[in-house]
Amino acid sequence: MAEVLQLKDIRRSYGGGRAPLVEVLHGINLALVEGEFSALTGPSGSGKSTLLNIMGLLEQPSSGELLIAGETAVGLSDAARTRLRNLYLGFIFQFHHLLPAFSALENVMMPVFAGKGRVGPDDKARAAMLLERVGLAEHSYKMPVQLSGGQQQRVAIVRALMARPRLVLADEPTGNLDTQTAADAFALMREINREDGVTFLLVTHDARLADTCDRQIRLVDGILLR
Amino acid sequence: MAFIWTVAWRLMREGRFQTVLILAGVTIGVAVVVYITAIVNGLQGNIIDKTLSTQAHIVLKPREDVNRRLLSLPEGEVMSAVETRTQRENTIENWAGSLAAVRTLPEVEAAAVMASGPGFALKGGVKKSVVLMGVELEDYLKIVALESKLKAGRLRLDAGSVMIGSELARELGLKPGDRLRLVAATGTADSFLVTAVLDFGLKDLSRRWVLLPLRGAQSLLGYRRDVSEIYIKTFDLFQANTIADVASARTGLDADSWQETNTQLVTALRSQSASSNMIKVFVTLAVALGIASVLVVSVVQKQREIGILRAMGTPASRIRAVFLLQGAIYGLVGSLGGSALGALLAKGFTRLALNSDGTPLFPVVVTPSLFIITAVIATLAGVLAAWAPARRAAMLDPVEAIRG
Repeated sequence: MAEVLQLKDIRRSYGGGRAPLVEVLHGINLALVEGEFSALTGPSGSGKSTLLNIMGLLEQPSSGELLIAGETAVGLSDAARTRLRNLYLGFIFQFHHLLPAFSALENVMMPVFAGKGRVGPDDKARAAMLLERVGLAEHSYKMPVQLSGGQQQRVAIVRALMARPRLVLADEPTGNLDTQTAADAFALMREINREDGVTFLLVTHDARLADTCDRQIRLVDGILLR
Repeated sequence: MAFIWTVAWRLMREGRFQTVLILAGVTIGVAVVVYITAIVNGLQGNIIDKTLSTQAHIVLKPREDVNRRLLSLPEGEVMSAVETRTQRENTIENWAGSLAAVRTLPEVEAAAVMASGPGFALKGGVKKSVVLMGVELEDYLKIVALESKLKAGRLRLDAGSVMIGSELARELGLKPGDRLRLVAATGTADSFLVTAVLDFGLKDLSRRWVLLPLRGAQSLLGYRRDVSEIYIKTFDLFQANTIADVASARTGLDADSWQETNTQLVTALRSQSASSNMIKVFVTLAVALGIASVLVVSVVQKQREIGILRAMGTPASRIRAVFLLQGAIYGLVGSLGGSALGALLAKGFTRLALNSDGTPLFPVVVTPSLFIITAVIATLAGVLAAWAPARRAAMLDPVEAIRG
């Protein structure tokens, strides 16, 4: 089983200089294996968001090693990290964050559009296929405001899959939805994971959802509990 | 490229109220610049035209006589005064060579000789002081266009005929076909037939100028075969200063360009240009600041979207390009609208500012190059104005931008 993501002794401190130096992550060791569907849980203030941002290459660790699909991702320039994000990672945000000025179909294509600077007919076909798969084919040309919350989150989920990422990072993907819609969205991610073998890491507060995941990773006060 | 254009366009469409406002601002700013440029160019062109309609661009004259110093001064002493000497009635002897030399200069459009000197016009016992100007009419017409100045008669200078100014004609009661007597300062006199009455545009010139055939003037003034001046018209009248130096070096004669003869006018035109340039610079600056402030606000408003795009793997350079492009579009589109509006205003001005006879005071000059230059400058100003906001957008930290 190939490791999609490897964290070795990742530490992250804030402050320094005049402000007191506070370490939020105290040496995290973690490996995510291809095809895994994991949940990252922990109380607020435990460092979940920081860890997720580091895994998403949006933030640099203070020390430690990070490998993504075997490539080292620490100490790289912003441009190099941007390239790795585009190549290997998909993001799902809590408030779905579709771009309001673009239609559902355009939003789905956005990761390819953003990375390559243009989209071809193949990309459009893939985006349409993804939307059809989540039952939104007839909403392809609607703008985000014309879609319900659940529909928006489904668009956001397939958008994360558009560029065929090795790992999808989801930050409270169902936190903003009612119970039924949340369950549906969760089921959809699970289904994609099973059928396509895409690796998922979900940050969630919902213990019930976390229990149904392959693996639970619990972070408390910047330390992983086994 | 598609990404940059699409995202820039969508952002502008999404904030269409801001977009419309800033485009209106740029349009008005550019319109002011185009309007002022058209009016000032028209006005200056008109003034120069009128001034030069009776003047040569360059006049070549014999070298002035200068007193040579015969004593050498001991160290430390100065000569307190040097008498300037009275200039003799000096003429150019071998002018044919000089004329040919001047005509071979590529910048010279036309050249003509003139034998001029003081004299009197007599009619019925009335004596008026005039300037006798002997010319080869065909050559002279290439320098000074008399066609538009003709009030009566025909433009002809056969032997024994003269063309006179309208004021002189009025004072002496002359019309084409009448005869008058011309007396040179030397006392030589002859009778001439008036063929044309001309209005030179200035009363003083119309009172004094008498045009007669070159040979007639030479014999009246006692110049033998000499002339007193060589008149030159250049292709580019603003090059007259430098061409004057060249012509002077080639011929060994003194050269006066129209700029030297009309220093006050040149100074006035320069200060007018300077002040209108000042206005243009400040308007451009205001337009650029307007674009910058709209984009700064846009970056703040769209920071969450920018953060998402960055998280998805949009290179920072591509985000920067999106905002630079918006600046360029504001500048370019605004300048197109502004050029049209400015040209319209300038044309409207020519309908409002009229002479008493209903013709426009002066023509406004609206050239395609004005539009092109304006568009280029406005686009560049837009890009420069977008620089700081674009940099800010590119440097946004995606984590903080998404958190909002």
